[in-house]
Amino acid sequence: MYAFEFHRPSSVADAIAALKAASDGKLMAGGQTLIPTLKQRLAQPSDVIDLGGIKELHGIRQDGNSLVIGAMAKHGEVAGSDLVKSVIPGLHELAGLIGDPQVRNRGTIGGSLANSDPAADYPAAVLALNATIKTDRRSIAADDYFTGLFQTALADDELITAISFPRPEACGYAKFRNPASRYAIVGVMVARTGGGVRVAVTGAGPCAFRLPDFERALAGSFSADALAGLSVSPSGLNSDMHASAEYRAHLVRVMAQRAVKAVR
Amino acid sequence: MTKFGVGQSIRRVEDQRFITGSGRYTDDINLAGQAYGYVLRSPEAHARIASIDVSAAKAAPGVLAVITGQDIVAGGSGNTLPCLIPMENRDGSAAKLPLRVVLCTDRVRHVGDHVAFIVAESLSAAKDAAELVQVDYDSLPVAADTEQAEQAGQPLVHDAVPANLSFDWEFGKRPATEQALAGAAHVTTLKLVNNRLIANPMEPRACVAEYDAGGDALTLHACTQGGHLWVDPVAAFMGMPREKIRVLTPDVGGGFGMKAMIYPEYAMAAWAARQLKRPVKWTAERSSDGFLSDVMGRDHVTVAKLGFDADHKIVGMEVMTWANMGAYINLFAPFIPTGAALKVLPGVYDVKNLVYRVKGVLTNTTPVDAYRGAGRPEAIYLMERLMDQAARELGQDPTELRRRNFITAAAMPFQTAAGERYDSGDFAKVMDTALEASGWSGFASRKAASERRGLRRGRGMSYYIESTMGDPQEMARILFMEDGTVGVVVGTQSNGQGHETAYVQVLVDRLGVPFDKVKILQGDSASLPFGGGTGGSRSLTAAGWAIRDASEVVIERGKHYAAREFEAAAADIEFSRAEGSFKVVGTDRQIGILELAAKARAMPAPAEGVAGMDAEATAKIDQWTFPNGCHLAEVEIDPETGVTTIDRYIAVDDFGVVVNPMLVAGQVHGGVVQGIGQALYEHAVYDEFGQLVSGSFMDYCMPRADNVPAMEVRTVEIPCKNNPMGIKGCGEAGSVASPAAVINAIIDALADLGVTAVDMPATPLRIWQLIQERRQPIAAE
Repeated sequence: MYAFEFHRPSSVADAIAALKAASDGKLMAGGQTLIPTLKQRLAQPSDVIDLGGIKELHGIRQDGNSLVIGAMAKHGEVAGSDLVKSVIPGLHELAGLIGDPQVRNRGTIGGSLANSDPAADYPAAVLALNATIKTDRRSIAADDYFTGLFQTALADDELITAISFPRPEACGYAKFRNPASRYAIVGVMVARTGGGVRVAVTGAGPCAFRLPDFERALAGSFSADALAGLSVSPSGLNSDMHASAEYRAHLVRVMAQRAVKAVR
Repeated sequence: MTKFGVGQSIRRVEDQRFITGSGRYTDDINLAGQAYGYVLRSPEAHARIASIDVSAAKAAPGVLAVITGQDIVAGGSGNTLPCLIPMENRDGSAAKLPLRVVLCTDRVRHVGDHVAFIVAESLSAAKDAAELVQVDYDSLPVAADTEQAEQAGQPLVHDAVPANLSFDWEFGKRPATEQALAGAAHVTTLKLVNNRLIANPMEPRACVAEYDAGGDALTLHACTQGGHLWVDPVAAFMGMPREKIRVLTPDVGGGFGMKAMIYPEYAMAAWAARQLKRPVKWTAERSSDGFLSDVMGRDHVTVAKLGFDADHKIVGMEVMTWANMGAYINLFAPFIPTGAALKVLPGVYDVKNLVYRVKGVLTNTTPVDAYRGAGRPEAIYLMERLMDQAARELGQDPTELRRRNFITAAAMPFQTAAGERYDSGDFAKVMDTALEASGWSGFASRKAASERRGLRRGRGMSYYIESTMGDPQEMARILFMEDGTVGVVVGTQSNGQGHETAYVQVLVDRLGVPFDKVKILQGDSASLPFGGGTGGSRSLTAAGWAIRDASEVVIERGKHYAAREFEAAAADIEFSRAEGSFKVVGTDRQIGILELAAKARAMPAPAEGVAGMDAEATAKIDQWTFPNGCHLAEVEIDPETGVTTIDRYIAVDDFGVVVNPMLVAGQVHGGVVQGIGQALYEHAVYDEFGQLVSGSFMDYCMPRADNVPAMEVRTVEIPCKNNPMGIKGCGEAGSVASPAAVINAIIDALADLGVTAVDMPATPLRIWQLIQERRQPIAAE
């Protein structure tokens, strides 16, 4: 780890100010990606700004028909929240599948979404549930948020404050885990929402994406069988020692069917 | 059977410190004035070093030394670490054994090869300085593949080793075997891969080297599998007499063979400590050091033929293995695929004719050496795959084919075609016990139940035999301390197995001393003249035997002192093991062993050089032990995803007399899971450029608790005839047995698709692809 200046602001405004003042500052939420990167000397930020002390980023609450989860809510908090379980049980279940207990007790939803790891779980939920990403300056629709590999619509100095999930009629998540890292090789969330059926995939491509033809098929008949004849093109999908693009394409359909069966 | 004696599941005394975090490992050692070493490693798999410029690094803040291979060569010592294995090729010529280089001078040969050692006041300062070392590499073409390495046109890892062929070894009767196979009614042929593995003990490697300038002596604190083995190599590297080298080993968190050997980093730390006259510490980091420099395991490609007569009896076996040695020949490396694998190559069967050829090839990869089982898992995996395949081809039940070819209990002792003399064993009895315990006959209904859930169920058997091995001598010294405790000095080295408990049980059994009064003293190369360490499942059979023999000397001495105490003749003194007391025959006069030992200090000794009742003995192990057992696995495969789940696992083992059933079950559990790791998860993958693709736990998959079912573990006790306690080693057995049981079960689950072979690791991707390949032609019709 290289030396850096460490900040622990107590407000969003102070965090943004510290970030702007730094020559190459980095925001740290749960640190589950940043700390290993620093330890391996793969990054050399001038300043690390720890968001852990900002009260307004914490907490999970219901706001009308939406669930609003603070950016600093840990995966373990979401997985352990009775409120989440009662409002969006599929999201509650997804959070419990992230990493292991140690990761879930440090990693945060805001950190995960800002990092946009192609194999992270939350992006599938954000996209399928048509969530809104709230930042220090604006609201970003899920469909506009994920732009590429580790790329998002966030500006360099923009900070996620909360994620607002409209309550779906029902949703379900199915995950095929990388046996080593236990990240998603393929994760699919299927949601029945007021605005129609949404199907979102993580792990398979450079960033999370939706499957319009799966959504149409499920809108016609919301059943696993409705997806049986569909396939996904392997073109552009990720490929590594654990899963070829063809295998991932196959798993997308299988996991989508299992997500439909898991819908609650 | 006493409460704390042999046969009891005594809880591990060492666990108090291990599970409360108060164990003391090498990295916990910090000495006054200690400096920190960091290894600059090669990012290239194969390159010429055009130049190394360390001037900026030397001038960096906090830097004490930057050592290169040129410095070591200029210092007059050799720049390599030894190989202890004499090797001869099948044509009688000498093998070519390029030794592991401590610090590279002109060429790097694998990613992670050692280029410079930076010593600084802090690890951070050493790492900062490492970035200032300028190394100019001229990349060379890379040979990384086991099977391809000897092919024409492959780049040479060492210019002096043509065709990358380090050795071409052969054992057995080739003409007779070829003739037997030619005349066989059926020949089963098989090609398989033993995948390359990374040991990954919980505790990474570490050392602290301490130089005493006044005495010109070196003390090396390190996580070893026995420090005695390191004394000579360190002395040779340092150019110091062996009596000036002391190796101290604190608690060790797993070794698995990987920690048995001296490594380049330890040599560098010793060198730097002498140069700086300060202690130098080095601790491996998991990915950047351990994955690149720890010796790896397995990595064989094997083709084999097994011939049967019309009665389905084996008539001959011909095996050819390409064994990847990596970039250098490590300490024991050539022995693992050759002599060690050979010991059990015929398994538990009467293989009348055998020929075994091994080509040891060099590649631009991390060196390969001993890893739990070391050669024997590879051999048993081959034989048990062959037996299942032969059974399928012959239309024979796999249990029946095995039974027909078992070496029978009546035939013991049995001289095998591999040259081993099996002393004892009743393989049919053990197999029948396993079949019954597993509910083998109820498989059909379980299979039907799986099918209703869309899953394919298969079952597989592996009947393994192990040949324990290692240093054929071991010493123990029993010391009666003035504080009333008993110290037992041993030359083995627990790596976490529970020696501090099992050895005490042996002593309690022989001398009747209180369990909590005994302390096992290990980890000091200066405390005994020799010591064989841990490895080859040898510790209890070797050190236990020595403790037992030393106990007999204690009793003899005790009789002498008791006779004086009671003014009786020594012949009238008897020793009660259960009570731990010496008695005058036919009277009620007696004295406890500890009380007598305290008095004996002031009494005349029976002979010159004897101090009280302290005693020592050396066990000479002229024949090792042959633990064996039948392991059964049942798997469920999800054909949609290719995921294999082990649903049932039953292990029935013959470990002879069992000293501590709980420790034995723990060894079986751990070994089986390591074998399951090889079968389903673990794979060290190199790409064509010699880069390690599975370079961290993000991609290198270790088996985890949720990957394995609750196992059923039983033992059948058939006493070993090769040691006085009747015990057989149990440390490696599980890892020898489980790969074949699991893979045979997977093949069984997929057999109706026409699948006859599955290579390890049977990852979901691999299984899905196999199913796709079999299904597609049908879909196209």
